[in-house]
Amino acid sequence: MELQIVRIFAFLLTMALMSAVRADDISAAIDVLRAVRPGAADSAAARNAVQEVTTGGSQALLPLLHGFRDATPLSVNWLRNAFEQMADAETKAGRQLPQSELEAFVADQSQSPFARRLVYETLKRTDPGIENRLIPDMLLDASPEFRRDAVALLMTEASHLQDAAIATPLYRKAFSGAVHEDQVKTIAEALRKHNEEVDIQKHFGFLSQWSIVGPFDNKEEKGFAMAYGPELEVNASLDLNLQAEYDGQSAKVRWQSISTTDDYGVVDIAKQIENYKGSLMYATTTWTSNKEQQVEIRLGTPNSWKLWVNGQLVFEREEYHRSSQLDQYRVPVNLRAGSNTLLLKICQNSQTQDWAQRYQYQIRICNSTGSALLPSSSTARSEIGSGVRQ
Amino acid sequence: MKWIITFLIVAAGTCPLSLAADWRQFRGNAANSVATGETLPTELSGDTIAWKARLPGRGLSGPIVIGEQVFVSASSGYAQDRLHVISIDTATGTQQWDREFIATGRTLTHDKMCNATPTMASDGERVFAFFSSNDLICLDLAGNLQWFRGFGSEFPNASNSLGMSSSPVVLGHTVVVQVESDAESFACGIDVESGVTIWQIDRPRAANWTSPAILPATDQQSALVLLQSSKGLTAVDPVSGSIVWNFDQGASTIPSVTVDSGSIVIPSNGLTAIRPGKDNTFEQLWNSSSISPGTSSPVVVDGLAFALNSAGVLSAGDIKTGERLWQLRLRGSFSSTPITANGYLYLFNEDGNAFVVKPEKDQGIIVSELDLAEKILCSPGAANGALYVRSDAHLFKIAERH
Repeated sequence: MELQIVRIFAFLLTMALMSAVRADDISAAIDVLRAVRPGAADSAAARNAVQEVTTGGSQALLPLLHGFRDATPLSVNWLRNAFEQMADAETKAGRQLPQSELEAFVADQSQSPFARRLVYETLKRTDPGIENRLIPDMLLDASPEFRRDAVALLMTEASHLQDAAIATPLYRKAFSGAVHEDQVKTIAEALRKHNEEVDIQKHFGFLSQWSIVGPFDNKEEKGFAMAYGPELEVNASLDLNLQAEYDGQSAKVRWQSISTTDDYGVVDIAKQIENYKGSLMYATTTWTSNKEQQVEIRLGTPNSWKLWVNGQLVFEREEYHRSSQLDQYRVPVNLRAGSNTLLLKICQNSQTQDWAQRYQYQIRICNSTGSALLPSSSTARSEIGSGVRQ
Repeated sequence: MKWIITFLIVAAGTCPLSLAADWRQFRGNAANSVATGETLPTELSGDTIAWKARLPGRGLSGPIVIGEQVFVSASSGYAQDRLHVISIDTATGTQQWDREFIATGRTLTHDKMCNATPTMASDGERVFAFFSSNDLICLDLAGNLQWFRGFGSEFPNASNSLGMSSSPVVLGHTVVVQVESDAESFACGIDVESGVTIWQIDRPRAANWTSPAILPATDQQSALVLLQSSKGLTAVDPVSGSIVWNFDQGASTIPSVTVDSGSIVIPSNGLTAIRPGKDNTFEQLWNSSSISPGTSSPVVVDGLAFALNSAGVLSAGDIKTGERLWQLRLRGSFSSTPITANGYLYLFNEDGNAFVVKPEKDQGIIVSELDLAEKILCSPGAANGALYVRSDAHLFKIAERH
C-alpha cells in the first residue's frame, strides 16, 4: 500500500515537474517572439518558437496573450499568428476555447489592445452576445477600435431618438470617446443641428496659434535641404529669436502671428498669407506638458516638411502634392515637463497644376489612440515672446 | 538511361511544381498577362459564376492560384491597418484560413486605393503578400508565418501619401520588391526561404506605381527582372542585383512593361518596343504614340500589342511595326489589366462588367459580357480553366459548368 502511494506521489511529482518544464519552454518561446528584431535574421528562431507555443495547446493561450503587452508591432504579428494557429487547431479538434478567462482578458484594459481585440473577434464568431456585454463600457478604451464600436452604439441609439433633449446627451457622450474623423464629423453635425456648441479643434488637440516667418527661397525645390535663419539657430542649439529679421526670398522677413479657427486646425498659408510659389516658411509654437511623456505629433500637409521638437529634428518628408489628410503622418516624440518648442519647416514647390496649389498644414498632439492631449495650461500659446528668446 | 533519369531529377528540382496550372503573381507566372495553356469560358453568363466567396475589408490586389488554393490579400479597419492573407478552396469557394496582421508602415491612401493594392506572389511553396504599407509577409501554404519584413518601419520615408501599388515578382529563389516614392526609393531581392535581403539598389526618387516584370532567360543571358520608372527601364540580375542594361528614354509610372517572345513593350511615349541584343545592349524596334495605355498595363499576344486606356478604348497594334490596326470602344472606366487565354482577351471595367473580346487582325469583336455588379479594380487571374477576379467584398470564380 505504501509503495503504491509512493508511486502515485512520484507520478504526480513527475507530471508537475513536466508541466513546470513545459511552462518554462512556453515562456521562453514567447520571449523569443517578443524579441524579434526588424529584418529577417530572427525568423527561423521565431518559427520554432511559434511551433513550441502552439503545441502547448490551451495551456499556452493566456501566457501568449499576456506576451502581447508592450510588444513591438513586428512581435505582435508573430504572436498573433501563433494565436490564430492555436485557435484553428482547437476548433478543428472540437475543443472550446476557455470562454470566461478570455472574456475577462478582453475586459482587462491593462493588456495589449491588439491582443484584446484579437480575442474579442475570435470569441464573437461563436458568441455574438459578447458585443452587448463588453462594448458599452469601452467608450474610453485604450483601443481605438473598441472606442469606435462603443461610439457607434451610442450614435445608433441617438439617431433613432426624435427628442433632441434625449438624443443630445447621448451624442455628447459619444463625442467624448470618438477619435475617428468620420464619427466626430457625424456627431458634430448632429449636435450643431440642435444648436449645440462643438469644439472639434480642441477635441482633436489641434495647435491653432503659431508664429510664422517667410517666404524663403525654395525654387527648384532646393530650399528643403538649405538651412535658413530659424533653422540655423536650431542647428546651433540656440533658442529661436522671434524678434529676428532674416533675408527672405525677395525681401527682409520677420515673424508674425498666425492662428486658425478651422475645425480641423488647418493653417492655410496660401489663403491667410500668400501662395508664394517655390518658397518655404518656418512656423513655431509651444506646448506645455505637465510631465515627461511620450506623445504622437500628427500632421497633415500636401507640402514637404521638417519638424523639430525642442531643437531635435524628429522627421522630415520631401513629397509635394500627394494629398493631405488628417493624421497623414504620425511622429512619436518624447516631451519634457514644461514648455516644449515645435519648429515646422513647410515647403511649397512651383508646380502649376490646379491640384498643386495648396500650401497648408494641420498639427495635433495626441496619445497613441488618437485621443487629444491638451497643454497643461489653457493659456499656453505660441504668442511671440512665449517660451522663446526675445 | 541514367542521364535521362538525371535530367528528369534536375528538371524536377529546377522547375516549380505544377507551374502550368498556377497563376503565381500579378499578370501571371511570366508577369505578362498571358494564361498559357488555359482554356477559359468565352460565353460568360450568370451560369459561369461557379462561386463567389465573401472577403473582408477592401482590396485591389488580384488573386493568385497555387494548386487547389486561391489566395488573396485584403486590408480592413478604419485606418486600413489590418492586413489579411486569405486562402480559399478553388473547388468550393470555402475559406480555408484568414491570417491577419497589423501594418507596421503608413496605411493611408487615396480613397480609390487601399492598403491591399499590390497583388501577392508565390514560389509554389510559400506566398508573399505585399501591402501599400510596405509590409511583406511570407506564409507557407497552410498559413504559418515564415517571415515578416516591415519595410515601412525599416525605411519610414519610402511611402506615398496616395498609396503604393507595386506587386512583387518571384524569380528562382528571389522575391523582388520595388518600393519607390518621392522621398525614398529602393528595390531589393529577398531570399524566399529566409526573408533576408540578398541585394538592395537605389532607385529614382519619384512616385512610381509600376510593378517589376520578367525577361526570360535566353542562351546568352539568364533571366532578368525589369524595373520601370519615370526615368525608363532597368534590367537587373535577380541573383546579384547588378544592373545589366538601362533604357533611359522615360516611361510611365502607372502601367507596367510587358514581355512577349523576346520583345519588351514599354509604356513609354505611348508604347515603345525594344529587343535585347548581345553584350547587354538592346535595339529599339518601334515607338507608337497612338497606342497608349491608361492605368492598365499593355498585353501582347499572337502578334498584336494591346493597350487599354482608362476610358475603355482598346487599341491593337502590330507587334512588328507598332502600327495601330484597330480600336474598340468598350464601356466604362478601366483600372485593371486584361489577361489573355486561348486567343481571347478578358477585360473588367470598374463597374464590374466583364468583356470577352476576340481580337482579329483588323478588328476586335466582343464575344460576351457579364455584369458582376460590383466594383472591379484588380487584375484577374486564371488557372485550371477558371478565371478569378475580386471586388472589395467578393472573390469570383468564373468557369464552365461541367
